[in-house]
Order: sequence, then structure tokens, then C-alpha cells
Amino acid sequence: MSSHGISDRVAIVGMGCTPFGELWDKGLDDLIVDASTEAFASAGVTKDDVDAYWLGTAQSGMSGITLARPLQLEGKPVSRVENYCTTGSEALRAAAYAVASGAYDMAMAVGAEKVKDSGYQGLNAVNPPNDGTGRTLTAAAMFSMVAPAYAQKYGVDADQLTDVLATISAKNHYNGARNPRAQFRREVSKETICASPRVAGSLGVFDCAGVADGAAAAVLVRAEDALRYTDTPLYIKALGFSTGSGSGLIDPGYDYTHFPECEMAAADAYAQAGITDPRRQLAFAEVHDCFTPTELVLMEDLGFAERGTAWKEVLAGTFALDGELPVNPDGGLKSFGHPVGASGLRMFFECWLQLRGEATPERQITTDRTLALTHNLGGYPGEMVSFVSVVGTERG
Amino acid sequence: MRGIISAAGYVPYRRLSRSSVAAFLGTGGGKGTRSVASHDEDTTTMGVEAARAALRAVPAAAPAAVWLATTAPAYLDKTNATAVHAALRLPSEVSALDLGGALRSGMGALMTAMTGSGTVLVVLSDQRDGLPGGPDESFGGDGAAAVVVGDDGPGAPVVAEFLGSASATDEFLDRWRAPGERRSRTWEERFGETRYLPLGREAWGRALKNAGVEPAGVTSVVVTGMHGRATKALASKLGLAPGVLADDLTATVGQTGAAHPGLVLCAVLERSHPGEVIALVHLADGADAVVLRVTDAHARLVPHRRVDDQVAAGAEVPYGRFLSWRQMLTPEPPRRPEPARVSASAAGRSEDWKFAFVGSRDHASGAVHLPPARVSMEGGAVDDMDPLPMADAHGTVVTFTVDRLAYSPSPPIVFAVVDFDGGGRFPVELTDVDVDSLAIGDRVEMTFRRLFTADGIHDYFWKARPVRDPASTPATGADAPVT
Repeated sequence: MSSHGISDRVAIVGMGCTPFGELWDKGLDDLIVDASTEAFASAGVTKDDVDAYWLGTAQSGMSGITLARPLQLEGKPVSRVENYCTTGSEALRAAAYAVASGAYDMAMAVGAEKVKDSGYQGLNAVNPPNDGTGRTLTAAAMFSMVAPAYAQKYGVDADQLTDVLATISAKNHYNGARNPRAQFRREVSKETICASPRVAGSLGVFDCAGVADGAAAAVLVRAEDALRYTDTPLYIKALGFSTGSGSGLIDPGYDYTHFPECEMAAADAYAQAGITDPRRQLAFAEVHDCFTPTELVLMEDLGFAERGTAWKEVLAGTFALDGELPVNPDGGLKSFGHPVGASGLRMFFECWLQLRGEATPERQITTDRTLALTHNLGGYPGEMVSFVSVVGTERG
Repeated sequence: MRGIISAAGYVPYRRLSRSSVAAFLGTGGGKGTRSVASHDEDTTTMGVEAARAALRAVPAAAPAAVWLATTAPAYLDKTNATAVHAALRLPSEVSALDLGGALRSGMGALMTAMTGSGTVLVVLSDQRDGLPGGPDESFGGDGAAAVVVGDDGPGAPVVAEFLGSASATDEFLDRWRAPGERRSRTWEERFGETRYLPLGREAWGRALKNAGVEPAGVTSVVVTGMHGRATKALASKLGLAPGVLADDLTATVGQTGAAHPGLVLCAVLERSHPGEVIALVHLADGADAVVLRVTDAHARLVPHRRVDDQVAAGAEVPYGRFLSWRQMLTPEPPRRPEPARVSASAAGRSEDWKFAFVGSRDHASGAVHLPPARVSMEGGAVDDMDPLPMADAHGTVVTFTVDRLAYSPSPPIVFAVVDFDGGGRFPVELTDVDVDSLAIGDRVEMTFRRLFTADGIHDYFWKARPVRDPASTPATGADAPVT
């Protein structure tokens, strides 16, 4: 495979992120303006300084005009991109490659989603006209099948697994409680988590990501130009992406205990960034914890734990805020909330804060490691798109 | 020789205990049970189930026509028999006709096929409604029967020879229903009884004469019809020896309307032996009678699942849920958007997949693709696959979940990943399942269902259901020869 990456050729020099939540008083345009304005100010630039724009939104609008109109961009190249729940990361990929190619000096990626205007709980995909033979299951139901499969394969009994998953949820709530922009800012006990109403399979409400409105944005320039805008840029070390063929759904060989697309995206990203031991090289990781079993399996797919051992590492606190490798220090999808198009960029925002020492003190990670990872996925077990990035504060 | 080449009944899995009606309403109901079509069944899907079973027994039979008779058509204007035709993958030269509206149309279709020519797949299917607490609700039933009628031939011998038939017709008002109404209305029972009795005797007498059979030579008599008093009275006046009158399934299944003569005939045929003579009398706006003699080829009549076994295998549905399935009671719907209507053109392109559950198998790798694909998931060959009919394949539950949030006409959705015998995996909704007893490793088979209805368009597709008689594992799906 020829995936060469663009390591150290592009830097993030400014970011913005709105609070996530049920923002009944904010429309999509408000979210876009808020996140973009913060990002422009953060980089010390104006909208005219940016040469090209990418908007990631899964289903809140169509075309680049969804971004150009609220920001009143005149004649700029503006595109809208969509790639399931990796939509925000997709916007950043496009902007990063545009800068790396030399086509533009400065590009901006904006991710935004207005989810809470539908009148329904949860996320609701809008499908094109079809023959009526597709699945109508919720994502929760699809991911719920991971839990018993994992438990059976690795001999974890049902009560132990329940405890493991509750530990993940409680950890992300603990972290989110220390994040002023998070949707859910309170700690939740494992007892409450386990007693919550079932949504699908064994998964309860507290096993599921928060459904939120929100937006996030990043300004990107060539690495050699970065110091003109900030003393502390984030250099893009790796952008890995993998799209499955969807055959996992109909392949009798797939066992629902791992996500091959995530393994492939991680392998690509680690090769680009020169990472050989992620658990010891990364300061922390932001991963796509759409449901608690997803985060569990990702710890193995991303190489943070050996196969079949992530559940023990979770119980041992390895991924807690003060653990060996903190995971989702901002609260993750669970607690920060999941505005689909914004989530990928929100993960970068936590890297922006943490690696520059700007996170709120009660969740600031103290470490001499300079690299962080974001992992963003879309779709379902067997039918997935997956993104893994590595960013760092030092240009190699 | 002309007659029945194959026959199979279909009784839906669910039963309403009539005593549960009074427990709920304080009145109505009665003893015994009635059969209840699930929320995802209609007369078309039940007809498909019966027809699949009937044709499976005689692969050599090639019907020239499919007739679907019902008083509860899924569509008006649009032919419903074409969906049956599609589910069975019959060639386009096979005609598909609906014979509908009146209760007499089922028996009429059977008689017309027997006195006619060519091989005809006669499908009788019905769903009977009544207002809560009323007799039609309790003593109606849902079910279907499929009878392949034709001439004796190699590979598809006649198992019950048609000996003769007769009709007696009269115009009188006993039971009627205005178009669009859910309930039937009836005149005072006694009036219909006085009309039906002479008509029934007339048809009986002439049918036996036409058949050249003495009354004493009839070994099994079936008398059916929605007029309970008249059918009982007629049966008692035919001078039958003890044991000759067959159980009409009222106690267990209820009266399945236009389907009933076919359903009871299937049950009787399955219990019969070569040489026995069966007379079938149906009372509906007159009387129709058919006389058949069971042939030596009867042993070939191997239904996938006997009617008696299906009657015994049912599981109860609570009365409240029954009422909601029949749109007599409107429960709070799931707080999710309702699905959009099916695209006619998209459905048309995937007819074999959607209606007949035909996947594809890659030549080079043997990989099974559900739905059918052009590019193989193994090896990547393009357009090098054969169609693979999977509707009769059995499978095993690999894992499953219960979705309490997704939209369903009757939540929650029970969903399983199924690995089929001989290859192929499909994640699919389960139906007719009691989730508390479901386990990984359970055996399932495919069943044709109606998923939902939007904009008046029914979304037909396949679900899986537990195999209730694990002994019957057909060599089908990827195990079967390529067709």
C-alpha cells in the first residue's frame, strides 16, 4: 500500500469549539459562526485570509453554501463533505491535503451538526429512496451485538462485562464533569449506569453517546508557516483512513469482537507517524466511544491493549484520566455529546487544549509525551469507515 | 385423471384464547382459540407460505396460473397474486389472478380449477375481523391453503382424484360487508339457516351423483362456511356414519373465511389413506360441493408441516396486542420517524431479492452474497455469479439483540445475525419468536412478511423465524444444486 502521509507538512494554528448540548436556542448558522469566529481569533486571522473551506455536516445541510452563507464567504472554494460519523475528520483531511499539496496557503475545516431539531431522540438517518429491504435497526442495536460476542470469545462473564462497560461510562462522565463545554457535566456512579433503562440488547441509556448540537473548527497552514500564527502549533503527524467493503455484515468469518477498519486505519497512521508502541508514546487518545462496547474493543484495535485484555485494563484504570494512557479526557462522545459532523474536529480540539496545556486544570494531563491520537468511526460493526490521526507539538 | 397434485395449509403461529376476550372486555369470547396473523402478515404473505409448502413437495409441477382468493386483499386495483408469483419465482408466462371479495371465491377457485384444464396453483388466504367482543372476532380465524390442481403426470401424480362437483346458488342476504368496512353484518341467523339447508343438500346430492359415489361410500366429509348453525345443521342431516364428519377446526383455528374449505381439506387430506373418498361442502351464498378420491400416490403428499402440527404448535397472543395488530386499538407508537415508502422502481429492480430471497454465489470463491452483488467480496471477480435462492435454507443464530428504540409496527425488534447451512450470512429481523427463549445457536428458517406500510405501499420482504420441527432440514440454499 502506498500511503505516504503528510507528516509534519501541515499544522493546526487555530481552533474553536462550541459547547455541545441540546442547544434549543442555537441554529446551525449560530453554531457555525460561533466555532468559526473562535477559530479565526485563535489563529489571529480573518475569514478572508483563509483560501479554502471544507464543511463537514452529516445531515444538517447540503453543499458549501451551508457554510458560505452564515459566514458570508464571497467566491471562496467551499465544499461540504459527509462520511457518516467521521464527517468532521473528513473535513479536516480535505483541508490538510489541500494545504499539503500546495494548492492553498491556508484552509479551514468546520464541522457542525444541528441534531436536536428533529423532534426525536437519538440520531435518525435519512435514507435515499430504496427497495425496502435494508436494516432499520438503530446503531445501538448493531453495536450491542459486540458485547456478548466479546464476552463469549474471551470468557468474561456477564456481570464482569457489565462492570467493565459501566467503568468506561463512569470514566467518561468523570472526565466530562471537568469539561465546561461538555453536554453532561456530572459524574455518574456505576450503580446508576447499570440501573438505567435498556435501549438495545444489554445496553442502557448510559452506554450510549450523548446526542447533541455543536460545531468545531480548525485553521490549517503549511508547517513551515505555522509559527507566524502561534508559538504552539499542532503538527499533523498522521491521517489514516479505512473504509470497509461492508462485507463484514454478510461474511460468516466476522465475529463482532473487533473492527478491522479501525485496525487498518491505526496501522496506517502509526506507520505515517513512526509510532511503534502507542500505549507508551501517546500522551492520551480521543476515541469514538459511541457505545461503551465500542470503546472497549477500540482499546485493542488501536493497540493500547493485547487482544482479550482490554477489559482487564479498563478495570485496572489504565485509561482513566490519571492512568497510564488516558482515553477521552474531554468526556468523549458519551459525555461531551455527539453532534455528528462536529465530533471528529472536537477530538482535535481536545488535542489542541491538552498538548498546549490549556485544558481546565482539573482534567489537564501532565506528561512529557508530545503526541496524541484521535480516532473517529462511522457506520456499524461489519460496515464501517474509520479515521485515525496523530498530532504532536514538535515538528520532526 | 385430474385432481389435486399437492396441497398445504398455513396456520399462523399466534393464537388468541377466546376466554381472554371476556377477561379484557367483560363480555364476549368463548371457549378455545382462534389463529391470528402476526402484525407482519397479511393474506398475501400467508398465501405465499402455503404456496411455498405446496410447491416444495412437487418440484416437477409447473403451474400455468396462480389464483389468489381472499376477502381481505392487501391491495385493491393492484393484483396481489403477482406478489405470490414473485415470491415463488414463477416464470412470467404463468398468469396471476386475484379472485376476491366474496367468501365464496375460495371454494369457487378450487372448483373452477378442478373442472378446468392445465395446472393451476390455487391459493386461498383470508384474515377475518370482527368488532371487539363480537362472534366474528372470536370465531373468525386467519390462515391460508394452497392446492395444486392438474392432470396426472410423471413426477407430479394426482394424490386426490377429482370425481365430481355441484353448485346450488340463490340470492339472499345472510352476511354482507360494505367496501372499506372492517366488520361484517349478518341477518337474523335463523333466516340464513333455512336457506342454506336445502341448498347444501342439493349440492351434496348432485355432487355425489356427478361423482358416481353413494353417500355411504364417502369416508370423510368436510362442511364449512361462516354460518355456524347452518353448517352444523347440514352436517347432522346428511346421515353420516360416526367418524365420517371431519373436525372443521372451529375450536382451534376459527373460521378462516375464503381460505377455510381449502385449509380443512388440507388437514383431512393429510390424515387420509389411498382409496378413501372425501366430500367437501361449503356454504356461502349457496352451496358448493366437491368429491375426491385419494389415490395410491397419496404417500407423495409430504407437506413441509402438517396442518394438525401447525394447529398444535401455536403460541398465545394477549388480547390487547391482538387488538393493536388489528388496528382496533391504537397504542402509543415508538417515538421514531416512520419509514418512508418503498420506491417502486427500486423494488422492481430487486424483485428476486425482495420477493424471493435470491442472493448470488461467486463462481470462483463460492462466496454467498446477500443481497446479490456484482463484485465478489472474495477475489473481486465482476459479474461472475449465479443466482442463489435462499428462501428455503435453514440457518443458525450467531448472535442477536433486541432493539427497543427502532421503529416497528409492534416493538421491540428482535434481530439476529444468521449463518445459513452451506454458506452465507444475513443479519435479519426475527418474527414469531418468544425472545425470552431465544438463544445463540437456535435454528431458523425464512418466512415472507410485510415489514410495514407507508403511503399505502406494503413493504414485503423476508424475516427469519425459529424452526419448530428441527427434523425437517431441506437440502436447499447453498447446499442445493445451482439453479
